[in-house]
Amino acid sequence: MNEFLRRLLFLPEQASTFATKVDSLHYFVIITTMLVSTAVGLTALLFFVRFRRRSETQTTPLLNPPWWLETLFVVVPLSFFLAWFARGYRDYVEMRNPPKNSMDIYVQAKQWMWKFSYPGGPNGIGVLRVPANRPVRLLMTSRDVIHSFYVPAFRVKQDVLPGRYSETWFEAVEVGRYQLLCAEYCGTNHSNMRAEVIVLHPEEFDNWLADQRRGRALQQDGAPTADEEPIVQADLLRQGEALVVRFGCLKCHSIDGSPHIGPTWLDLYLRREPLEGGQTIIADEGYLTESMMDPRAKIVRGFNPVMPTFKGRLAGPEVAAIVEFIKSLRSQPVEQARSRRPVYEPIRR
Amino acid sequence: MSPSAAEAIFPEHHYLNAGTTARSWLLTTDHKRIGLMYMIAVLVSLLLGGIFALLLRFEHLTPGPTYIDAITYNRLFTLHGVIMVWFFLIPSIPSIFGNFFIPIMVGAKDVAFPRLNLASFYIYMFGAAFTLWGMIHGGADTGWTFYTPYSTTTTTVVIPILLGIFILGFSTILTGINFIVTIHTMRGPGLTWMRLPLFVWAIYGTSIIQVLATPVLGLTLLLIAVEHAFGFGLFDPARGGDPILFQHLFWFYSHPAVYIMILPAMGVISETVSAAARKNIFGYRAVAYSSLGIAFVGFFTWGHHMFVAGQSVFDAGAFGVLSMFVGIFTSIKVFTWVGTLYRGAIRFTTPFAYICGFLYFLVFGGMTGIAVATVSLDVHWHDTYFVVAHFHFIMVGAALMGFLAALHYWFPKMFGRLYHEGWGLVAATLIILGFNATFIPQFLLGNMGMPRRYYNYPERFQTLHVASTAGSTLLFFGFVIIFIYLALALKYGRVAGRNPWGSRGFEWDTPSPPPTHNFEQLPVFTHGPHEYQEVPEVSRVA
Repeated sequence: MNEFLRRLLFLPEQASTFATKVDSLHYFVIITTMLVSTAVGLTALLFFVRFRRRSETQTTPLLNPPWWLETLFVVVPLSFFLAWFARGYRDYVEMRNPPKNSMDIYVQAKQWMWKFSYPGGPNGIGVLRVPANRPVRLLMTSRDVIHSFYVPAFRVKQDVLPGRYSETWFEAVEVGRYQLLCAEYCGTNHSNMRAEVIVLHPEEFDNWLADQRRGRALQQDGAPTADEEPIVQADLLRQGEALVVRFGCLKCHSIDGSPHIGPTWLDLYLRREPLEGGQTIIADEGYLTESMMDPRAKIVRGFNPVMPTFKGRLAGPEVAAIVEFIKSLRSQPVEQARSRRPVYEPIRR
Repeated sequence: MSPSAAEAIFPEHHYLNAGTTARSWLLTTDHKRIGLMYMIAVLVSLLLGGIFALLLRFEHLTPGPTYIDAITYNRLFTLHGVIMVWFFLIPSIPSIFGNFFIPIMVGAKDVAFPRLNLASFYIYMFGAAFTLWGMIHGGADTGWTFYTPYSTTTTTVVIPILLGIFILGFSTILTGINFIVTIHTMRGPGLTWMRLPLFVWAIYGTSIIQVLATPVLGLTLLLIAVEHAFGFGLFDPARGGDPILFQHLFWFYSHPAVYIMILPAMGVISETVSAAARKNIFGYRAVAYSSLGIAFVGFFTWGHHMFVAGQSVFDAGAFGVLSMFVGIFTSIKVFTWVGTLYRGAIRFTTPFAYICGFLYFLVFGGMTGIAVATVSLDVHWHDTYFVVAHFHFIMVGAALMGFLAALHYWFPKMFGRLYHEGWGLVAATLIILGFNATFIPQFLLGNMGMPRRYYNYPERFQTLHVASTAGSTLLFFGFVIIFIYLALALKYGRVAGRNPWGSRGFEWDTPSPPPTHNFEQLPVFTHGPHEYQEVPEVSRVA
């Protein structure tokens, strides 16, 4: 019966614990709606057949409904509506209150992509992996405009707002791949802001998460094959360290503050550097990149323009890795641990 | 009055030929002429909005780009919404038929403030011109809901469109005040509140909403314009603003605005159902008071647009229950209209076809409204085509049925001539079928999970989109037919005479078309407008 009605009403597969609950109410409400609207339309037509005008001078009796009929007009529909509401609101309260034991995933939306972060890593774009039969709480925020997290197969939707965290939760029941859609209009590419939810077996999920945290790239589409140079994608910093050695940067730049041929990298990031010609510059990412691509554009006062260009030798991600490495060199070490997740606990009684 | 037939006469002097210069139209204070000028403006808006709708439907024939690009698509659905809501639905019945018939129905020579009435027409035109200017210079891509912070950061031309709607709001407010004062102070001798035609009650309820709600919308839209232009930071969280605040303000107006659109149509149905069945309304007071009930409770349900937007669970429950109560007022009306047909003397005319359509669309659309107000169900349906189909059932299905019923019922009174009944029924059938064919697939699309405002869509939705587009073409042809036979009827239609329907409504006691001051002699009201224990003279159609 459930399967028949689901197909009749074109509903997607029921892949979460909510789906079956919501759908059973859905069937009841929609079938009542269809029956009543057809009945009203047919009654009007039936009355036309039964009470046709037979002459142009026909008169009709004055009829007013007795009080009990008026009461029925109110009470019957109202009891239906309130019953629907009571049932629907119960489910809604459940949807809005994640179980205490649910696992957290952070969702960041921006025009026009979905980013998912697991506390303690990893981060990913466009694919959300979750375990089956385990409650998952999503803590969501947006970097620009309002988006909406919508997985039709889970019957879950929650707007994602800039400047605050909204939460929703679900418990997937079927292993599989499900479409995630942005449901709140967010600009030109709104309709392409889609992602995929992959529901894995709990053990499979745990393995995947552990692999990711060890920094190993999974054997999957797009992962490097054995003969390719292994690149540690998970950690820009270590990648930058390796590149710096490979390209011989440290032949001229020191990383401990000692004077050398070129300016030292210690505390370089965001340092105010005096230039030849009297200007000063803040050594931000833009300046660091420029210095690799076009070293003679801005020369720090007191140094000779001897550095060769690395344009064409360093690829974009490699530049980023080196910049990351430079940023990490601080005399007063900042906390190297992953930034702490935002403190978020909804008010509960 | 003996039930007999009077010769149908086309009066020699009437409001249409009282002056033929352009000046006599443009500077008129005659409520009937202002109503006609509104009619032209509103029908042009309907045409424009309808063309945009068709362009959107044809774009959806294929999942990817069909013939327009994404930004054009986004602009088109914004303009479709803006035009249909503010330039067609809100002014349609009140400004055309309300203007034309309220003074006649209450036995007055004109509305209370005739010059203000003309001013509100020009304010409407000025607002429309502003919006049109914005459309020609690029148009906005925010959707008619203008959700922040998208609307405050988009690079498209939102400000002229916002200002156009802001200006238009004054027209709505002034018209509302005018009607309220007219209904309170200008009723003729013997016309008690409980003898008022139900159309007047409905317009009275509508006017109250217009006067109370429109200022909120005006201010809200002005705030967006200010934020967009100067970066005030009212709605932008990066500057400490709140994006949800906008949604509360917007729906505080825009939910009651739904009743601005549907209440007048309900009033029209009360009039026409009584005339078509030649029967008293089955519970006059219930219908009259439920109009006020809708106007009142309608103000407290706005939060049901925001179940997934970020409001508290308690708010969602409160707004959910209150929404159920709005549904009750509507269902009282539905039962009353159906009850009115019982033991009536029904004639199947074009207005009656629209009554049947209206009942079906209102019940289906209304109950799917109750369904989306059932909070847990809304989570799946919110912002999908289900919601699109639901509000088109109410706003296009029901409100448009009301508009077309009014047009066909009152056309003989306004122009003194009859249209071709056969073509009328053909067009009504086409429109009702075409409408179902357009929007039933959209309900199913919503169930499948098709989000609204999607330019590209996943391929599994295509079949239903094609079906919907086919239906909209049918709908369009229905309108073309109506336009043709009504235009022909203006010149070649048979003379209608004073009362072609044999209606007891007060407006039928005056010649068709009415003289400039509405009456040959001012009426004295001795019976209600929906009492058919006697039947008035039916004009024998020439």
